[in-house]
Amino acid sequence: MDAIVSSISERIRDAAAAKTPLSIHGGNSKAFYGGAIVGEPLDMRPYSGIIEYEPKELVLTVRAGTTLVEIESVMDRASQMLPFEPPHFADGSTIGGTVAAGLSGPRRPYTGAVRDFVLGTRILSGKGDDLRFGGRVIKNVAGYDVSRLMTGAMGTLGVLLDLSFKVLPKPVAELTLRFEFEEAMAIRQFNEWAGKPLPISATSWFQGVAMLRLSGAAAGVKAARQKLGGELVADEAGPLFWRSVRDQRAAFFQSTAPLLRLSVPPTTMPLALMTPHWIEWGGAVRWLSGAADLSMLREKIASVGGHVTLFRHGDKADGVFNPLQPVLAKIHRELKTAFDPENILNRGRMDNF
Amino acid sequence: MHAPLLADFQRITPTLKVIADTERLKPFETDAFISHRALPLCAVLPESEAQVVEILKACNARGVPLVTRGAGTGISGGAIPLENGVLAVLSRMKQILAVDPAARTARVQPGVANAAVTKAAAPFGLFYAPDPSSQIVCSIGGNVAENAGGVHCLKYGLTVHNVLRIRVVALNGDILEIGSAALDAPGYDLLALMHGSEGLLGLITEVTVKLTPEPEYIETLLAAFPSVTDAANAVNSIIGAGVIPAALEMMDKMVINACEKFMSAGFPLDAEALLLIELDGAPEEVAEYLATVEAILRASHAQEIRRACDDTEREKLWKSRKGAFAALATICPDYYTMDGTIPRRCLPEVLARYAQLGAEFGMMIANVFHAGDGNLHPVIFYDAAKPGEMARSEELGGKLLEICIEVGGTITGEHGVGIEKLKQMCVQFRESELAMFHVIKAVFDPEGLLNPGRAVPELKRCSEWGGMHVRGGEIPRADMPRF
Repeated sequence: MDAIVSSISERIRDAAAAKTPLSIHGGNSKAFYGGAIVGEPLDMRPYSGIIEYEPKELVLTVRAGTTLVEIESVMDRASQMLPFEPPHFADGSTIGGTVAAGLSGPRRPYTGAVRDFVLGTRILSGKGDDLRFGGRVIKNVAGYDVSRLMTGAMGTLGVLLDLSFKVLPKPVAELTLRFEFEEAMAIRQFNEWAGKPLPISATSWFQGVAMLRLSGAAAGVKAARQKLGGELVADEAGPLFWRSVRDQRAAFFQSTAPLLRLSVPPTTMPLALMTPHWIEWGGAVRWLSGAADLSMLREKIASVGGHVTLFRHGDKADGVFNPLQPVLAKIHRELKTAFDPENILNRGRMDNF
Repeated sequence: MHAPLLADFQRITPTLKVIADTERLKPFETDAFISHRALPLCAVLPESEAQVVEILKACNARGVPLVTRGAGTGISGGAIPLENGVLAVLSRMKQILAVDPAARTARVQPGVANAAVTKAAAPFGLFYAPDPSSQIVCSIGGNVAENAGGVHCLKYGLTVHNVLRIRVVALNGDILEIGSAALDAPGYDLLALMHGSEGLLGLITEVTVKLTPEPEYIETLLAAFPSVTDAANAVNSIIGAGVIPAALEMMDKMVINACEKFMSAGFPLDAEALLLIELDGAPEEVAEYLATVEAILRASHAQEIRRACDDTEREKLWKSRKGAFAALATICPDYYTMDGTIPRRCLPEVLARYAQLGAEFGMMIANVFHAGDGNLHPVIFYDAAKPGEMARSEELGGKLLEICIEVGGTITGEHGVGIEKLKQMCVQFRESELAMFHVIKAVFDPEGLLNPGRAVPELKRCSEWGGMHVRGGEIPRADMPRF
């Protein structure tokens, strides 16, 4: 593996010297996401494998090119999970891409995002320097939190090599409940439930149907089910449904129309949107499928304290990510220069500064 | 004194409270790292973000360094004033601006005490989860700056997991809105970068925290063990069994005795180690976990298992734990608390090595710590009246931290680097990594005026210390006294 790291480092140095961009990729399952791809491909898949995993420590250290499928099958045997329920947009999705894109699944509002579970990183900077930040322990405040800074940076600040995570036991029991709610009712109900000590692990609403997943100790899940009512979804159908939401396999997400992700305060009431929309994360994410005037929509969503990402399809020229305030954009540009002075790593994949 | 700067402050913000006389500056000369003291040029106590902006602009224009302080409970010396600098004290910015029970958030000024947030949230059945032992006094701004932990972070996370949004004033007076009221924000995760940045990147003027529903039911257990190894094994078995307790704390015999003497908590005096375990959730869920945990404790040779029968008893147990450091002062008034984190499986080995090193140095070491997180707080006792003892405790402390690094851990889990652990930063990080930290600082603070010299060591100091290290660490760090 050292030879792989040296060769990647060398490629970065060469690219920096020639000022030619590199496009870092794993399974290419999230190539659709973020600014347009430019540059020579840098395939991270050979840099793969679990470095250290001791279930009792609740810590996993893995190479960036390892597939989620491999990681999850190993963790399964120890009845543990990546708590942020990462999407598998294809079978080849890697952990490196997951961290770089900063994407989390249905469990996110209740357990935490990928950034919440990243403990440490080893990266190659845009100069090819091999740097380590954070560590393999759960609490660590030595130095700035560069590991979390890498999360969601779209590979623009460094090539991710090794990643350490806090992991959690898999819930022993899980079930899904179905409710017929109008949109406003669903939003109100999701927030009301979230304010109570209930073992909720996922929520979704689409076309008058709200779905709720409960996870935890068998007795706790059973008690919550009795409190909440709703219609129990059959054993196999529940996990299938949540996987289709997590991986965006449902027909709504498979449309070729632009897919917009609206990240808003969870209590935001229905947005009077004309296009079909799907609610996730207890009301904090509203997915929109269809054409929209992006700048008008961004203005409207900013007024409620949220932001809009052009997630899939559509015209990237309108800006994939929500524009930043000028003072923040300046800091972003300078951070980018600090880590990658020649702007060779995933150039333009984060397009809002 | 810095007459032009004082004139600036008075001209720009006539209502700003400025303290410039030695007598009234005395209370601000140190934080809770009390061995080190310095009087600043002046202390300013802003009451609004607008005043903070003006203070920073004035310091920036005059090239005067600035240290920020909240309640001054930090124990790594990060809020000790600089003699050539201004001390910004944010304790007057202590308003709870809004509590939104529906969205489960609270928006507060940085000087609000940690416990005050929970108090404001309690009527809605909510609480603010991070609970450092100093929570009655320590303020939220400082909690963010240090990424404070507490006894419940195994289950509920650190400060960085419980903050949604902050407002920060940069050195040039720019106001940065970082994070959002949604669950994420566009761009890089600057929110994470600000957490634990120890006042080096900007001044926090507002914090929106996440509130958590109070658990329906809580069960607190005390388990006594005939050996530290048995207790450590029990900790690993509990977590290995898939149970995540709300808290999992350990104390050794010396701490048990001190707590018992000082607070009469009813701790069993014949035990070598105690675990304090808290399980929370729905009553049915807690009952299920309780059965698992009790079985593990028995299998791990617990000699006694006790359940707190009511809230009063539970509060008494926690009071004893949180008061452990005060209790230790009754054994010996001079002690020095460390803060390393290790992989949990190394607990028995590391504690044994601590004891052995303590014996070699002829110094007692007590242990009371967050076992579930592997976050150790060894306490070294010494006699400040004996010449050289303080330097020896410091040398021993440094060795204890280096053991943490050696087994794959870190030199600080929650107390921060401050001025205290600069030397160990040179051991934990390589030059290229420290250089990157300096570049990051320069992005926010190009003049290097915000809390300079703290948290991240200068590279040239590392090479000086590195030289010292090779010579056997015999030369004390004269510029960095501590208790």
